[in-house]
Amino acid sequence: MHLDAKIPGGPLADKWDKHKFELKLINPANKRKFEVIVVGTGLAGGAAAASLAELGYNVKSFCIQDTPRRAHSIAAQGGINASKNYQNDGDSVWRLFYDTIKGGDFRAREGNVYRLAQVSGNIIDQCVAQGVPFAREYGGLLANRSFGGAQVSRTFYARGQTGQQLLLGAYSALSRQIAAGKVQMFSRREMMDLVLVNGQARGLVVRNLVTGEIERHGADAVVLCTGGYANAFFLSTNAMACNVTANYRAYQKGALFANPCFTQIHPTCIPVHGTYQSKLTLMSESLRNDGRVWVPQTVGDKRSPDQIPESDRDYFLERKYPSFGNLVPRDVASRNAKEQCDLGKGAGETGLAVYLDFRDAISRDGKDMIGQKYGNLFQMYEKITADNPYEKPMMIYPAVHYTMGGLWVDYNLMSTIPGLFVLGEANFSDHGANRLGASALMQGLADGYFVIPYTIGGYFAGTQLPKITTSQSEFTSAARTVSDRTQRLLSINGKRTVDDFHRELGGILWEYCGMARNDEGLTKARTLIQSLRSEFWENVKVPGVDMDLNQSLERAGRVADFLEFGELMVIDALARRESCGGHFNEGFQTEENEALRDDDNFCHVAAWEYAGEGKDPQFHKEPLVFENVKLTQRSYK
Amino acid sequence: MTKTINLTLKVWRQQSATIKGGFETYHASNISTDMSFLEMLDVVNEQLTLDCREPIAFDHDCREGICGQCGSVINGRPHGPEKGTTLCQLHMRHFNDGDTIAIEPFRAKAFKVLKDLVVDRSALDKIIQAGGYVSVNTGGTPDANAIPVPKEIAEKAMDAAACIGCGACVASCPNASAMLFVGAKVSQLALLPQGKPEAARRVTFMVQTMDELGFGNCSNERECEAECPKEISITNIARMNREFFKAGLFSSTR
Ligand SMILES: Cc1cc2nc3c(=O)[nH]c(=O)nc-3n(C[C@H](O)[C@H](O)[C@H](O)COP(=O)(O)OP(=O)(O)OC[C@H]3O[C@@H](n4cnc5c(N)ncnc54)[C@H](O)[C@@H]3O)c2cc1C
Ligand code: SF4
Ligand code: FES
Repeated sequence: MHLDAKIPGGPLADKWDKHKFELKLINPANKRKFEVIVVGTGLAGGAAAASLAELGYNVKSFCIQDTPRRAHSIAAQGGINASKNYQNDGDSVWRLFYDTIKGGDFRAREGNVYRLAQVSGNIIDQCVAQGVPFAREYGGLLANRSFGGAQVSRTFYARGQTGQQLLLGAYSALSRQIAAGKVQMFSRREMMDLVLVNGQARGLVVRNLVTGEIERHGADAVVLCTGGYANAFFLSTNAMACNVTANYRAYQKGALFANPCFTQIHPTCIPVHGTYQSKLTLMSESLRNDGRVWVPQTVGDKRSPDQIPESDRDYFLERKYPSFGNLVPRDVASRNAKEQCDLGKGAGETGLAVYLDFRDAISRDGKDMIGQKYGNLFQMYEKITADNPYEKPMMIYPAVHYTMGGLWVDYNLMSTIPGLFVLGEANFSDHGANRLGASALMQGLADGYFVIPYTIGGYFAGTQLPKITTSQSEFTSAARTVSDRTQRLLSINGKRTVDDFHRELGGILWEYCGMARNDEGLTKARTLIQSLRSEFWENVKVPGVDMDLNQSLERAGRVADFLEFGELMVIDALARRESCGGHFNEGFQTEENEALRDDDNFCHVAAWEYAGEGKDPQFHKEPLVFENVKLTQRSYK
Repeated sequence: MTKTINLTLKVWRQQSATIKGGFETYHASNISTDMSFLEMLDVVNEQLTLDCREPIAFDHDCREGICGQCGSVINGRPHGPEKGTTLCQLHMRHFNDGDTIAIEPFRAKAFKVLKDLVVDRSALDKIIQAGGYVSVNTGGTPDANAIPVPKEIAEKAMDAAACIGCGACVASCPNASAMLFVGAKVSQLALLPQGKPEAARRVTFMVQTMDELGFGNCSNERECEAECPKEISITNIARMNREFFKAGLFSSTR
């Protein structure tokens, strides 16, 4: 298979304009003849569904939650980047592009990332027009803050609830289109399969999560905006319903899966404190603007942090990376925290934590000022840990947070299945091997508001789409496969719960395919996952029945897919014989323990093709071509 | 400090919207006080599953207090006893060894129970669809800094916009009114210059829809404000009433 990314030719800065001009248009009156399915109502899906409906397309929108307003995007805290240069500090489209490419450790496409930087400003304009209450200065203009991996202040925010406010903006636009009759909303539905007719994506089989009914929905194109797969690790900062099912079904139907081993471990999360724990809580990266990260100088120093004098503290990020300090990118910050804890310098009962200290910021700016910036985060921290960060440094540890890998898409955001588009965290396109803070919100909204409305028209204008009905055989057989699988899960009646399996899988992935990996561990992980998977299908216990609201059954289906997908992550990690960004193989590191890329052999996207049950997936390669930036060893010193 | 406690739970079980429900008693043993309330329910559910009984259905997703999907009535109080806290952020350290805890779904005419603690809150979406937005299409918007907003106004709008749409205000209100929820959205957009052109239509249609969907009236009980996990202030209801009054006086919408 030849992977054609369809990056337009010409100078980088002109590619998108040129492409938009070259894309064929659909006349306004004809748009209403097309039906589009959008799965997911996060930033990507909400923005896409609303924008497509505004253009005149008939949209069917699906989500798992009881309302589109609750998609996982709601939890994003820190902010969204845009190269507005409102601060006059030297920002530009080029700088945002460059920071993102470099932050991704040179494993993303220049063309896509440049477009992202280009439309970033439009996103802020759009959101402000919708009434998103971004933080402002006294003069009434928008405020900014800095985020990791950048030396300019380009992050827009709404207290610590940026994702919530952006999502509610998209949700309001979506609600307007629902009221206008242009979007049909299907909440509490889970996509169980993708339906192809003549090789084109033409519909879905979904389960109604209230009644258990299996429903069929047809359309002219399908847009997946189903988020990331961080929950493969069981413990992550993602919402509980985040899953890989939709993506994995598409993969099984022929869409290639790109860079599945590129996962992001976020440095500032509340540490694990018990085996019952169901998820981890992120403390926004914005805290690193004012909080200083440290551990005790000496191994085994168990004094309480206020008893440890300045001279006995090691501000290891400031020491090792003087120019970026506490604002190094996430992968670097996480790995360094792990390194300190591995040395035995970790804080707290478990020793798996480092301090994030606001003492100096509070004495510099006052408690009020710090409270204004981070009040709700401090409050959340206190609710969970019963410690007050105004008085005692926070304890933090890295946790799985985001997944850069995803379904392979071309410049039009179309997968290798014609008519199947993939947006937001669900695709792989813009963040390379490591995502910079405040850029997922940017990408989700860029894809949904400003890319898909153009590229889907190009697809429709150039494609023959025969009439279909949902009673035809392709739908019938997909629906049967879904019911069979449900029955199978319910009939095993074994001895272990779904969560029990999920927790074990998460443990394996965290141990062997987490912050640091090596060949031996990865090889072992593969076997462990295989045997866990076979045990699952013999020994899982799923109570209840199919025609009912059955949350155990929902989880069982998702975990079954994670058990397959987890192996794909490991396979990809083993195949990438280098370290880059979030993929750190201990066998490939510099003398200073930084990731050591191999640009000669691995400057590519690894895209995997499903080869059937029990068979190894087939590897395909999209070489990455850098015409505008020079590949360098990433340095944040 | 971590310790463990034992609890007796009286949980509302209801097979479906049409089948009558009732309380059942369960024991939750060795519950770490560091657990969240939902993690405690997870533990109970794991045991129920192993005992071949159906686990308790409850809604949740983010478990960070932001998505608004969780929420049950705990000992008579939506989201439980802690002020300004969603159920997922309520930790077991606020309970004592030996406590009996009653857990029921949010109840309101407009919220149908779907199963156990899971309710249908789609009526709240319908209210937003009636006008909880600024009518702008994607593209063609002015530069973000072309619309200055005084900081104080932006902060007030943000206070109102913090609503997570959980419906606890409705569940806590003796009249099952949605005034706090609606007031929050109306206020956010009425405060901001972007929302002003449609202010009259918005408040008129949203209030009308709220009435049609079977939510009750506000009789100033202030229960909503006391139970709201995001501490949305009832000044938003007052602002909505003013907006509603203005709309009636000056607009041709009605
Ligand atoms: C705690 C936290 C904080 C973050 N903070 C920031 C930040 O400050 N800045 C930033 O840029 N990024 C941040 N991120 C990352 C960012 O929030 C996400 O990457 C982004 O919101 C993903 O948006 P999305 O639209 O792609 O998917 P999501 O918001 O995850 O939405 C997925 C949608 O798909 C639906 N769905 C999924 N599977 C199915 C299925 N099988 N059937 C039907 N529907 C399905 C879901 O119901 C949901 O509606 C944060 C992430 C976390 C976890
Ligand atoms: S006003 Fe408060 S209680 Fe009511 S829905 Fe909003 S957050 Fe929930
Ligand atoms: S689960 Fe999201 S607010 Fe409680």
